[in-house]
Amino acid sequence: MPRNKDIKKVLVIGSGPIVIGQAAEFDYAGTQACRSLKEEGVEVVLVNSNPATIMTDKEIADEVYIEPLTVEVLKQIILKEKPDSVLPTLGGQAGLNLGMELEECGFLKEQGVRLIGTTAETIFRAEDRQAFKDTMEKIHEPVAASQVVNSVEDGVKFTNTIGYPVVLRPAFTLGGSGGGIAHDETELREILENGLRLSRVHEVLVERCIAGWKEIEYEVMRDAAGNCITVCNMENIDPVGVHTGDSIVVAPSQTLGDKEYQMLRSSALNIISELGITGGCNVQYALHPESFEYCVIEVNPRVSRSSALASKATGYPIAKVAAKIALGYTLDEIKNAITGKTYASFEPMLDYCVVKIPRLPFDKFLTAKRTLTTQMKATGEVMSICNNFEGALMKAIRSLEQHVESLMSYDFSDLSMEELDEELRIVDDRRIYRIAEALRRGVSYDHIHDISQIDIWFIDKIAILVEMEERLKKEELTVELLREAKRIEFPDTVISQLTGKSVDEIKQMRYDNGIVASYKMVDTCAAEFQAETPYYYSVYGGENEADGQSQKKKVLVLGSGPIRIGQGIEFDFCSVHCTWAFAKEGYETIIVNNNPETVSTDFDIADKLYFEPLTAEDVENIVNIEKPDGAVVQFGGQTAIKLTQDLMKMGVPILGTDAKDVDAAEDRELFDQILEQTKIPRAAGGTVFTSEEAKEVANRLGYPVLVRPSYVLGGQGMQIAFNDDEIEKFMDIINQIAQDHPILVDKYLQGKEIEVDAVCDGEDILIPGIMEHIERTGVHSGDSISVYPAHTIGEDIKEKITDYTQRLAKALHVKGMINIQFIVMDGEVYVIEVNPRSSRTVPYISKVTGIPIVDLATKVIIGKTIKELGYKPGLQPEAEYVAIKMPVFSFEKLRGAEISLGPEMKSTGECLGIATTFNEALYKAFLGAGVELPKYKQMIMTVNDKDKPESVDVAKRFAALGYKIYATRSTAKYLQEHGVDALRVNKISQESPNVMDLILGHKIDMVIDTPTEGHGDKNRDGFLIRRNAIETGVYCITAMDTANALATSLESALTDFTLVDIAKVKNA
Amino acid sequence: MKAFLILEDGTVFEGESIGAQKEVISEIVFNTSMTGYLEVLTDPSYAGQAVCMTYPLIGNYGITPDMESTRSWVDGYIVRELSRIPSNFRCEGTIQDFLLEQDVPGICGIDTRALTKILRDKGTMNGMITTNENYNLDEILPKLKAYNTGDVVTKVTCKEKTTYPGKGYKVAVLDLGEKQNITKSLLERGCEVTVYPAHTKAEEILGDQPDGIMLSNGPGDPKECTDIIAEIKKLYDSEVPIFAICLGHQLMALATGADTHKLKYGHRGGNHPVKDLVTGRVYITSQNHGYVVDTDNLDAKIATPAFINVNDGTNEGLAYTGKNIFTVQFHPEACPGPLDSGYLFDRFMNMMGGKNNA
Repeated sequence: MPRNKDIKKVLVIGSGPIVIGQAAEFDYAGTQACRSLKEEGVEVVLVNSNPATIMTDKEIADEVYIEPLTVEVLKQIILKEKPDSVLPTLGGQAGLNLGMELEECGFLKEQGVRLIGTTAETIFRAEDRQAFKDTMEKIHEPVAASQVVNSVEDGVKFTNTIGYPVVLRPAFTLGGSGGGIAHDETELREILENGLRLSRVHEVLVERCIAGWKEIEYEVMRDAAGNCITVCNMENIDPVGVHTGDSIVVAPSQTLGDKEYQMLRSSALNIISELGITGGCNVQYALHPESFEYCVIEVNPRVSRSSALASKATGYPIAKVAAKIALGYTLDEIKNAITGKTYASFEPMLDYCVVKIPRLPFDKFLTAKRTLTTQMKATGEVMSICNNFEGALMKAIRSLEQHVESLMSYDFSDLSMEELDEELRIVDDRRIYRIAEALRRGVSYDHIHDISQIDIWFIDKIAILVEMEERLKKEELTVELLREAKRIEFPDTVISQLTGKSVDEIKQMRYDNGIVASYKMVDTCAAEFQAETPYYYSVYGGENEADGQSQKKKVLVLGSGPIRIGQGIEFDFCSVHCTWAFAKEGYETIIVNNNPETVSTDFDIADKLYFEPLTAEDVENIVNIEKPDGAVVQFGGQTAIKLTQDLMKMGVPILGTDAKDVDAAEDRELFDQILEQTKIPRAAGGTVFTSEEAKEVANRLGYPVLVRPSYVLGGQGMQIAFNDDEIEKFMDIINQIAQDHPILVDKYLQGKEIEVDAVCDGEDILIPGIMEHIERTGVHSGDSISVYPAHTIGEDIKEKITDYTQRLAKALHVKGMINIQFIVMDGEVYVIEVNPRSSRTVPYISKVTGIPIVDLATKVIIGKTIKELGYKPGLQPEAEYVAIKMPVFSFEKLRGAEISLGPEMKSTGECLGIATTFNEALYKAFLGAGVELPKYKQMIMTVNDKDKPESVDVAKRFAALGYKIYATRSTAKYLQEHGVDALRVNKISQESPNVMDLILGHKIDMVIDTPTEGHGDKNRDGFLIRRNAIETGVYCITAMDTANALATSLESALTDFTLVDIAKVKNA
Repeated sequence: MKAFLILEDGTVFEGESIGAQKEVISEIVFNTSMTGYLEVLTDPSYAGQAVCMTYPLIGNYGITPDMESTRSWVDGYIVRELSRIPSNFRCEGTIQDFLLEQDVPGICGIDTRALTKILRDKGTMNGMITTNENYNLDEILPKLKAYNTGDVVTKVTCKEKTTYPGKGYKVAVLDLGEKQNITKSLLERGCEVTVYPAHTKAEEILGDQPDGIMLSNGPGDPKECTDIIAEIKKLYDSEVPIFAICLGHQLMALATGADTHKLKYGHRGGNHPVKDLVTGRVYITSQNHGYVVDTDNLDAKIATPAFINVNDGTNEGLAYTGKNIFTVQFHPEACPGPLDSGYLFDRFMNMMGGKNNA
């Protein structure tokens, strides 16, 4: 079928802010799809509330709306832009739900707009629990039997029909409390009785237990003519029970024979055909490990995290093909962009093995429960490719950047056998390391399998790695042994550690014996056809396919690795734009990255893509082949910056700011010299290594003080200490990981926080705009609400900031990007920190000012001046819009995580509110973050003594908005004394009704809870209130400034918005 | 022990010996299936060939009860890595033991991707697997060039006719190197299946009065099968419905005046898109063939193309004009590979039903 010519203008819905479970993969899919649509001459209107995305670039779509993703906003955009079609399958669950709502309310029909890529009926049949069950029954596809019961007897009766064990899930309880697995009737009666009591609606879902079965996924494509293919299948190493997003996954499946493989493949095609999906779809299966029995777990009728992984694992561009199918093409009409010869109607064949490992945020949330369950907790993931499984696993481990580089990196050697046996039962992110330890001690495969249900094929692979550790420890390092260790991807550092030889000795031994990495191509077809897209992975042994020859100058762009809190999608935005800018300047571009969710690892972004870990050794292997003319590190976040010294040792020139100047900004003493020389004030402070030194400095400065390690991003390990005890505690935490650099202790100044991103050409600077934070200092900049243009500081302060920025950039000889954070206090401006690299706010400020900062910085790096680029140096005129960046958190996904804001970053994503007035922008920003208030107009306040004076005004504002205010004892007393009609409510420890009952009554809009100074233990009331609020979906505020901002936003609640087309924002 | 793979063009790969330690000369081909190595090893169509698996990890699930014939037919086996242990609930043994039992020599630890690229760029060629470190290229290369798979059908076909009971249509299967799943697919549809040795005379088959005739897959150059082609012409002339797969498809074409030629490196794998020219639908198919029917000079009065390969446009099936005969190049019986085209067996049932109802 040729393309449907009636489709001329399409509204594409994005997925909104990055949260756990919905991350960069949708920017990747959306960007690829938009480019695919534009290729076909379709006009693309894009809406996404997330400003850090590439899909919201004016290069990607024709009209761009960074607006809250609500039905009302979408309706207004449709009325304004009049698209003929809406494509909802690229924006994750968020996009799909919106498309569905627009269709269901009849709006699309009214406006003569059609849904493409799927139909409302398809979405309904895949998403609605009962409809899905009915559909599967109709086509004889098994699902795990389940039934909702209201009594113990009904539960027993139902279980007798399906057999034990069963999973019990009480409805509406916190994080699944009261649930469990029953293996016999006694257990069933016990758990069920308790579960029914705990459930607010007295309901428990009884479901057949399939935990421990193999979890297998298929990515399937179908066109409107009914042609179907599978792109790939994947096997979770962690059996059913751990969310696939938190599982270690391998592609293709390893332990399935052709019979199982084809059985599930046929089932997946059967399902996609019955659902009538046109585009991509993901089907998840539980496969019984001892039979051919299987259950369909879930179907996602859209692109997903798994489809992004499948695309990167195979080279098959699912989103691109899905977009073409939405336009009416059939699979056999769409060219395979990798081979350029074959068509999209084939199935990729891999001649390598792919391993994905999730990036979990437990290094950020020390109190959070590490256990992995069916609730996803990972913020991102890494992928690696090798021609053997062991190698792929080793490469993936070191790609995580969590101070792990082998199976020895988490040390369980001090556990007794009994303890180890017990701990093997723990299902968390360290499970494979415990299995490795068990294998070191000779525990049998069968025993490990019995406990973990992990297939013994994978256990054997871990054993092979453990055996290599032993051999390297005990045997003499022969050439053969070294060759074998490298074949399974032991890094030189680990070989050095095990053999006692130096890293340089090992490297020399490798070079002397020709043990060097060679590169193979990902070509979708196992070499059957010649491929044209240079997408490479490394292996040891075998022919090298990467050709280092080039007529052009070559630049190496280092990516930012997995998405984690503090280093998110923003850095991928920067890497991609930098790559595009270099390409425009005639360079050959080479990207190195390992994150399968991102745009930067799409096969046609750079001239060459190396899908590799970002360690010095892995990068050096690429440098040896490519011999680049330079490398750019300032766009890849801390991941890339950390490689600066190593790149220089390899003889690769660092393009842009010199390494020594990067150091000067990070090194406390050097930086103090610069501040002295430029006469810029900063908070007093000192550098320390030990707790004793830290306490000495803190007492000299006077508490509170800010404690933080150097060379980190996202305020990792940063804390405000109020006394000696806290200093000790924080220093202990920081020093758990050996610090190469001193720890900084600074006087904590509480003032207004200002942030600036600038481009410097060595002489002049260009500041696109000044951003001001709503929250006072003490809350990490990434977690603060940020306003552009700065709205409460005067021209004199702005001039001073511009001047300081200029002085600092010049003193640090910055060529390219610089990011500076300031404190404004009592009319004085202090520097908090300077980062001579791209920052988290770059995409945001680029978009709202219309100034392509990354592009300009890249050109400056190559040697152009700001004047040559047509800009007047200095602070640029302010845009006519107010743009507010709102942080978005994923606390509800992380049980036990402390949610109160502080100097260490906790947000996972952000959204934007842009409008002509401050109030409207603020309202939109809250709305975009999912804060849709008021609902019940009831709130709870419990504030610390320091915040009590300010709480009066906050309470009055909410009372004026019609809010009924509940408060705990001291807060209530204070508010009542100051004329606020607050209702006192009992503390958790007191009798009911207490504050917890209120929260669990589901009638509370929000909780304002400012934590007591210092950080108490997590059993305190405040912690429990905050956690329970978050887990029941109550909005929770922990800073008075945020509360005031919300009041402002609600006071100006609007129904009619001004829509701003970002693509048309131009700077004068 | 070291092993060597020596190609006709002088390329030598050094690896480890697996399976039987014997020297063998054969045609070297590659298969891109990621699962189904056992089905490949036991597919009689590979007789005379050494197969290189492009997927690097082989033997993961061991030996399962999924053999496509009574034994392995490959002359040699070339893999990147054999799994140290197998893991599957149906596993009955290791692939290492299987290769030894079946007396199949092989080589592992070589860069199978590099080998595949050579075969892709230069075309299928002959080669030798040997454990002799003192090989002499000057002696070996002429031998390699001279090698010819020869009359492999005779080698792989059954020795005597066998009947499998069924209550439905009587189907005669001409075993040119049949994969068991063809018979199984017919039995599943209730047929009474009689399998005949490849050199059975047409008169004998027709004399048994089958409702339909199935020409199976098989190895080698179709043009080597001159005797069989003559018999197939007689089957064509009868009015019995015929369904043919792979070699059977090629032989029917040759019997009715069409030509075949050798592909540069063939189609072997489970991901080949094939388009049904009548409906426009595309199916992913299992394939294993080195030769293909020429459609340039096809006489439309005799046959017209029914399927083509979406990748390279080569012929994948023929519909015989005015005849109840239908042939395909690919493998609807799968094993290994996708089951998407299994519906063709139903079509064959209809073809036989049409006759009965006439």
